[in-house]
Amino acid sequence: MVFFTYLISGISLGSVYAIIALGYTMVYGIAKMLNFAHGDVIMVGGYVCYIALNSLGLPAVLAVLLSMLACTVLGVVIEGLAYRPLRQAGSLAVLITAIGVSYFLQNAAQLIWGATPKNFISVVHFNLPAGLMRLGLSSEALITVLVCIIIMAVLTAFVNHSKLGKAMRACSEDKGAAQLMGINVNRTISMTFAIGSALAAIAGVLLCSSYPVLQPTTGSMPGIKAFTAAVFGGIGSIPGAFIGGLLLGIIESLAKAYISTTLANSIVFAVLIVILLVKPTGLLGKYAPEKV
Amino acid sequence: MKKLTKTMIAFVVVMTMLVSMCTVFASAAEEEGTFKIGGIGPLTGAAAIYGNAAMNGVQIAVDEINALGGIQFEFNPQDDTGVAETSVNAYNALKDWGVQAIVGTVTTAPCISVSAEAYSDRIFMLTPSASSTDVIADKDNMYQVCFTDPNQGIASADYMAENYPDAQIAVIYKNDDAYSQGIRDTFVSEAQAKELTVVYEGTFTEDTQTDFSVQVAAAQDAGADMVFLPIYYTPASVILTQANAIGYEPTFFGVDGMDGILSVENFDASLAEGVMLLTPFSADAEDERTQNFVKTYNDLYGETPNQFAADGYDAMYTIYQALQEAGCTADMSAEEICEALIGVMPTITVDGLTGQGMTWSDTGEVSKAPMAVVIKDGVYVLPETAEE
Repeated sequence: MVFFTYLISGISLGSVYAIIALGYTMVYGIAKMLNFAHGDVIMVGGYVCYIALNSLGLPAVLAVLLSMLACTVLGVVIEGLAYRPLRQAGSLAVLITAIGVSYFLQNAAQLIWGATPKNFISVVHFNLPAGLMRLGLSSEALITVLVCIIIMAVLTAFVNHSKLGKAMRACSEDKGAAQLMGINVNRTISMTFAIGSALAAIAGVLLCSSYPVLQPTTGSMPGIKAFTAAVFGGIGSIPGAFIGGLLLGIIESLAKAYISTTLANSIVFAVLIVILLVKPTGLLGKYAPEKV
Repeated sequence: MKKLTKTMIAFVVVMTMLVSMCTVFASAAEEEGTFKIGGIGPLTGAAAIYGNAAMNGVQIAVDEINALGGIQFEFNPQDDTGVAETSVNAYNALKDWGVQAIVGTVTTAPCISVSAEAYSDRIFMLTPSASSTDVIADKDNMYQVCFTDPNQGIASADYMAENYPDAQIAVIYKNDDAYSQGIRDTFVSEAQAKELTVVYEGTFTEDTQTDFSVQVAAAQDAGADMVFLPIYYTPASVILTQANAIGYEPTFFGVDGMDGILSVENFDASLAEGVMLLTPFSADAEDERTQNFVKTYNDLYGETPNQFAADGYDAMYTIYQALQEAGCTADMSAEEICEALIGVMPTITVDGLTGQGMTWSDTGEVSKAPMAVVIKDGVYVLPETAEE
C-alpha cells in the first residue's frame, strides 16, 4: 500500500522532470547546444504566471498563455543576443554563454521580484476521489503526466511531419548543407528556441503547481535533474526525455523511501553512470558513427 | 586697484582658514563621538529575508540611539549572500572602511569563517542569529544574541517530554546544514534521555528541498503524531502543503528557523494552523517596547518584523550598553575596543525584545528563556491561550 504512495510520488516528480527535459532535448536535438538557461526560463515562466494571477487578477488559462508568450519572446531574445553571435564558435563557448545567461536570469529575477520566496497556488487543482488522494495522487501530478504525454505526441508529430519540422531536422544534421538547400538556419533555430521556451513556461507553471515555492533559484536544480533525465533517455530523443524523466523520478523516490534519504541523489547519479557505461547514448539515443 | 587685490587676497585667505577650521572641528567631533559599526548578512540570495530583517533591526536601533544623543553610531551593512567566501570579502571591505565592531554574520556557515578572521584581527563580533556552537568555539571575541543549536534541541525535547510525553515523533531535517543537523543531534539524544519515542527520521539536502512527499508519507506510515522540523521555514512551508495534500495532520513543531512562515507571500496561513515553535520573540507581545518596535518596523519596511529583526535590534543595544559599560570612546582602535568589550560582556545584563535579563557566559553563549508559541488564526499565541 505505502509502496504505491512512494511510486506515485516518484511518477509525479518524474513527470515534472520529463516536461522540463522535453525542452532541453528539443533544443539540443536541433540546435546541438545545451541550453543551461532552460531551467531559468522555467523560473521566469513561473513568475510571469504568478504576477498574472495575483497582481493582474487574470484567470488561470490567460495567465498560462501570457507566461508562454513572455517566455517565447524571452527565448527568442536570448537566442538572438547571446547564442546567434556564437554560431561559428566552438561548442564550449556557447556552453559557457548559456551558464552566463542562466546566472543573469537568476539575478535579474532577484532584482525584479526580490529574493523572498513566494507561495505559488496551484492552477490545476481539483479534488480527486478520496481513495486516490489517500494513495498520494494529486490532481497536479495527473495533469502533469497528461500534459507531458500530449506535448510529447504533438512535438514528435511536428518534428517528423511538418515542413518546419523537416527544416529543423535538416539543420540538426548539417547546418551548412541546409543553408545551401535554401533553409533559413537562423530563423529555424529561433523557432526551435521559441517552441522550447513556450514549453518551459508550461513546465514552470506545472512545476510550481506541484512544488509551490517560487524563488529566483526555483528552476536551477530541477533544470539540472531534467538535463540528467534527458541524457538518461538519450539526449535529442523526445520519447527518451519522457521515459528518462519518469525513471529518474521513480528511482529517486524509491531510493529515498527504501535505501536512504541522504543517499538518494547519489543513487540516482550512480544509476545514470551505469546506464551510460552500458549504453553511452542513453536509453533511446541514436548511435551516430563518425566517419573518418 | 592694488588695494582691492590685497583685500581680495586677504578675504580669500580668511575664508580658507575659516573653512578649514570648520572641517577640523567637524572631523574632531566625528572622531570623538561616532563609532563605526559594520554589519554582515545575506541581503540578497536565498537567505536574504534573514539578513535584511536583522540589518533593518540594527538600523532601527542605531537611529534610536543616535536620536538619544551621547554615543553616536555609523552603521554599514554589507551583503554576503549567505556564502562563506563572499562573507570574508564583506569582512575585508569593512576592515578597509575602519570598522570598530561587527554585528554579524547572520547565517551560520559564513559566521564560522568570518569569526576566525576577526579572532586573529581582534575585532569584536556579536552575531544576531548564527546559532551553531562552532561560531563561538575557542573565540573569546565572538558573542551570540540567539540561542545555540544544542539549546534549541534540548529545549524542544524538554518541552515535548513535559507536554506530550506519549508523542510518536518524526524528525525531518536538512543534513547538509550545520544548523539543522546540530539541533537534530541534541534533540535526539535529549529525547532518548527523556524516554520520548522517535519513530522516523527523514533527511533532505540543499538539492532536494522542493519535494518531501516521500518523507511525509513515511512519517505518516510510521504513525507519527508529532513532526519535529528543525529547519528553515521555506522547506517547512512545502512540507505543510504536501502533508495537507495527503490529509496528514500531525502537530508540527519547529524552532527559530520556522519563524517567518507566516510572511511567505501568498502562503495559505491556514496550513500553518496549530504549528508550534520555540522562539524568543513574538510580534504580538503586549509590552510597549515590542509594540513600538513592530510599529516602527512596519512604517519603515512595510512588514511585520520577524525574530531576526528583533535579534539585530537587541545586538545593537547590547553593543551600545557594553561600550558604555566599558567606557569606550570612538577614537579607540578596533583592537582596544575588542579587549574592553570582552572584559564587560560576561558582566552586563540586557533587557531586549528577545528576552528579559539576557546575560552572557565568557564563552560567548547567551542565557535567556525560550518561549513556546502556537500559530492560531495566523498569529503567534501562547499555547495556554490557544486551548481556551
